[in-house]
Amino acid sequence: MLSITRFRGLILIAALPLLAGCNAVLLSPSGDVALQQRNLIIISTGLMLLIIVPVIFLTFLFAWRYRASNKEAHYDPEWNHSTMLELLIWAAPLLIIIALGALTWVSTHQLDPYRPLARLSEGREVPAGTKPLVVEVVALDWKWLFLYPEQGVATVNELAAPVDRPIQFKITSSTVMNSFFVPALAGQIYAMPGMQTTLHAVINHPGEYEGLSANYSGAGFSGMRFKFHGLDQQGFDKWVADARASSATLSRDVYLKLEQPSERNPVQRYASVAPGLFDAIVNRCVEGNRMCMKDAMAIDSQGGMGIPGALNITTLDPETRERLGLTGTPPRKYVGAMCTSTEGLVL
Amino acid sequence: MPDQPDLIKLFFGRLTWDAIPFHEPILLATFFMVAVGGIVVLGSITYYKKWGYLWHEWFTSIDHKKIGIMYVILGIVMLLRGFADAIMMRLQQAVAFGDSTGYLPPHHYDQIFTAHGVIMIFFVAMPLVTGLMNYIVPLQIGARDVAFPFLNNFSFWMTTGGVVLVMMSLFVGEFARTGWLAYPPLSGIMQSPDVGVDYYIWALQIAGVGTLLSGVNLLVTIVKMRAPGMTMMRMPIFTWTALCTNVLIVAAFPVLTAVLALLSMDRYVGTNFFTADFGGNAMMYVNLIWIWGHPEVYILILPAFGIFSEVVSTFCRKRLFGYASMVYATVVITVLSYLVWLHHFFTMGSGASVNSFFGITTMIISIPTGAKIFNWLFTMYRGRIRFEVPMLWTLGFMVTFVIGGMTGVLLAVPPADFALHNSLFLIAHFHNVIIGGVLFGLMAGITYWFPKAFGYKLDPFWGKCSFWFWLVGFYVAFMPLYVLGLMGVTRRVNHFEDMSLQIWFQIAAFGALLIACGIASFIIQLVVSYRRRDQLRDDSGDPWDGRTLEWSTSSPPPNNFAFTPRVHDLDAWWQMKQHGYERPQQGFIPIHMPKNTWAGVVLAAISVVMGFALIWHMWPLAVLSFAALILVSIIHTFNYKRDYYVPAAEVVSVEDARTRLLAKHV
Repeated sequence: MLSITRFRGLILIAALPLLAGCNAVLLSPSGDVALQQRNLIIISTGLMLLIIVPVIFLTFLFAWRYRASNKEAHYDPEWNHSTMLELLIWAAPLLIIIALGALTWVSTHQLDPYRPLARLSEGREVPAGTKPLVVEVVALDWKWLFLYPEQGVATVNELAAPVDRPIQFKITSSTVMNSFFVPALAGQIYAMPGMQTTLHAVINHPGEYEGLSANYSGAGFSGMRFKFHGLDQQGFDKWVADARASSATLSRDVYLKLEQPSERNPVQRYASVAPGLFDAIVNRCVEGNRMCMKDAMAIDSQGGMGIPGALNITTLDPETRERLGLTGTPPRKYVGAMCTSTEGLVL
Repeated sequence: MPDQPDLIKLFFGRLTWDAIPFHEPILLATFFMVAVGGIVVLGSITYYKKWGYLWHEWFTSIDHKKIGIMYVILGIVMLLRGFADAIMMRLQQAVAFGDSTGYLPPHHYDQIFTAHGVIMIFFVAMPLVTGLMNYIVPLQIGARDVAFPFLNNFSFWMTTGGVVLVMMSLFVGEFARTGWLAYPPLSGIMQSPDVGVDYYIWALQIAGVGTLLSGVNLLVTIVKMRAPGMTMMRMPIFTWTALCTNVLIVAAFPVLTAVLALLSMDRYVGTNFFTADFGGNAMMYVNLIWIWGHPEVYILILPAFGIFSEVVSTFCRKRLFGYASMVYATVVITVLSYLVWLHHFFTMGSGASVNSFFGITTMIISIPTGAKIFNWLFTMYRGRIRFEVPMLWTLGFMVTFVIGGMTGVLLAVPPADFALHNSLFLIAHFHNVIIGGVLFGLMAGITYWFPKAFGYKLDPFWGKCSFWFWLVGFYVAFMPLYVLGLMGVTRRVNHFEDMSLQIWFQIAAFGALLIACGIASFIIQLVVSYRRRDQLRDDSGDPWDGRTLEWSTSSPPPNNFAFTPRVHDLDAWWQMKQHGYERPQQGFIPIHMPKNTWAGVVLAAISVVMGFALIWHMWPLAVLSFAALILVSIIHTFNYKRDYYVPAAEVVSVEDARTRLLAKHV
């Protein structure tokens, strides 16, 4: 990082009134990624204030000094050019932007959400051989589903992670765009249907933090909030054990019911998760008779199926719909799987 | 009669009595007020027998000045609607805490923030900008009208057609609940099966025709119709910015039309461009809409920059500092505005190199913008600054806009954007540049050019009230949003649990009330000025001691220029005054002018009917109105009586009257 530390103290003073008046989570985050983003916000603001403050000052100064009633001020109605000044007024913003541009290039690569973390916090590198905690995140209408492949558990509207262990979020959505955002932990990343985005982060202090969807997604959007628990290792183990003790399991059936729109769902924990569920969600083929997107793309890359392919449209069969209690909802059409496996559905 | 329901469905499509929101008291009250207001307006027009006057002098007019005024009136009326939405949101967010869910259910609230964005950009800022360009550009370049006068009238009425559809959605059906850019899949038929998104699509498509044609029109006008002697580098800065804005309009609006056409195909005929299934991809829509959307921001701000340049040099009684670098800065911004769109979605998952590329191009725009700020600053340097109302708006802009620019550059740093994207910090930022830049510029422009359009100045007392209420109101309303953004609060939320946030929302709501006073002061200013018009009258045509050609004419000039002026200097009128210019008083010849036409109004009205029919799936009516549209267009082409000559005698009498008037004041 370019001289963060040198600027920080100085510029924090400017931000103090803000901090004093409220709990500005972005200015005092608890995760290292969010902290680096905070530092970047402060450094860039400081860099720009170098030019903004003089401009505002000069505006007031010139407005006052050259007011019409001040006949003592020099008046030069034809003066409209000065090569020196012109060079200066193009060069000054240019220099600031060169500095800021360099900072942007470096920090954008360093804080690329796809890039595995290199450090836990300032001065503490990630120990060699550390495997990040993988959390698979699914934005549903209108709640969050978190899958823990390593622990084999899942939760709705509750997220937990051990302190100082890198987390890798794999993020997708069931229907519309959302944005996965835990302000104290790290910046946000969109959750989009049929696609997977990634976010690496780490939480440095234990505590309970707010998580939310930052991208408007329809009627239940405002209630799409969850608590993120930063726990010590023991606490996390206990949290996992609690989840494992739950009587509920997340089968494909349960998921298909869960993905129906609902608002402000209470926290729900699942002791186990159907194998391959997240992959099926990303590929939009949780239904047993539905073609996975990766298969469709593989077929298309071979030239596609032509006219028969266009006719291969199906829906969930009526018995399954009735079993899942979806009879009241309009049936969704999709591309049929090449070989229907009902096993996956019953699982 | 088993057939009857099908027939009703065939003709009325989805439209049933359920579409009228009888169950929403807020909407009913609004409807009642609009209806009463409408009846009063229409009734008094009828009572005072003004229909003929309105039709012949205004609705069918192809005079760029009258069309400009109509655009501005349209923008002001829609400002009231857009602001009503704003204040409803502010009130909702100020009260909806903890157990209270506020007074707006999500179904209504979500329509309001969508409508607020759509209306403020498309139907307030755009008509105001287009209106000012329409009025001023031909006068500044010494032309008698725009290049295509009929097209100008047609463009205005198409824009109005879009407005009619948006307003209709208040009372018949509903508006989109998608946010102002209607991202799919949310705006797709699966997630938004009702008419809201269709209202959105057709309102923007119909208004978009108007905007695009008006862009072509002004572009050709500026390129082809400048007075002799006015080289490109002698064009007034406002005309330069208008040129660049219209280049942007012509290049950007077709993208919007195309992307909305693709979305409507997804919704109407089952294509899958942006759906989640069947190979569609919503990311394409997000890219395309911002390829239009980012230039759109500059479409709005560039003319405002032009206005400030005119105002600064006039009220500092000094040549604009660095004219050439101002022009280059404008052109650079125009080009760069196409290279930054991705900064609206850094969080969509592009790689670090792509994100930093777009972050850095965004920052580069701040260099010419910064140069412009300095140019205005050094125009003030060694000037004689009169703090008239337009100059106050300009000073308010210079201080406010640099703050908005700073937060904008901050948002252009991708990792910082990850934290601030979609937050109230972002909301505060773009209101900071749109209010502090575009709106302040438009207010400066309206105050500055009002005496040109009506022959009397606006009352300065109420102008100052309006300015101070707006300025203070802006800071009170939006600084809390910066703070809330840093507290991790995101946009479009209709209910909060964290009580510690409430005070900030209450302050913001108070700020919105101050802005309401600012708007009220502006309306009062219009009324008071009209009533005091005799004291405020300006017969000289040049009330501010202006520098550009529009001030060389009478206010308002019936035929713009009796003789096409000859330009020898950048500040053409200033130079003419310096060299003892004398108005020609004889040798007048007949003036060739275009004739009024009904075609614009009729075509736009049929377009509205067609839009309405498409929204409600009334297929027979849609087909019928489309056929009518084609038919009327063809009939219009057979109208050969499109021009006339103002006889020399009339020109003489108009000019003689002006000579006598000017002599009275010497």
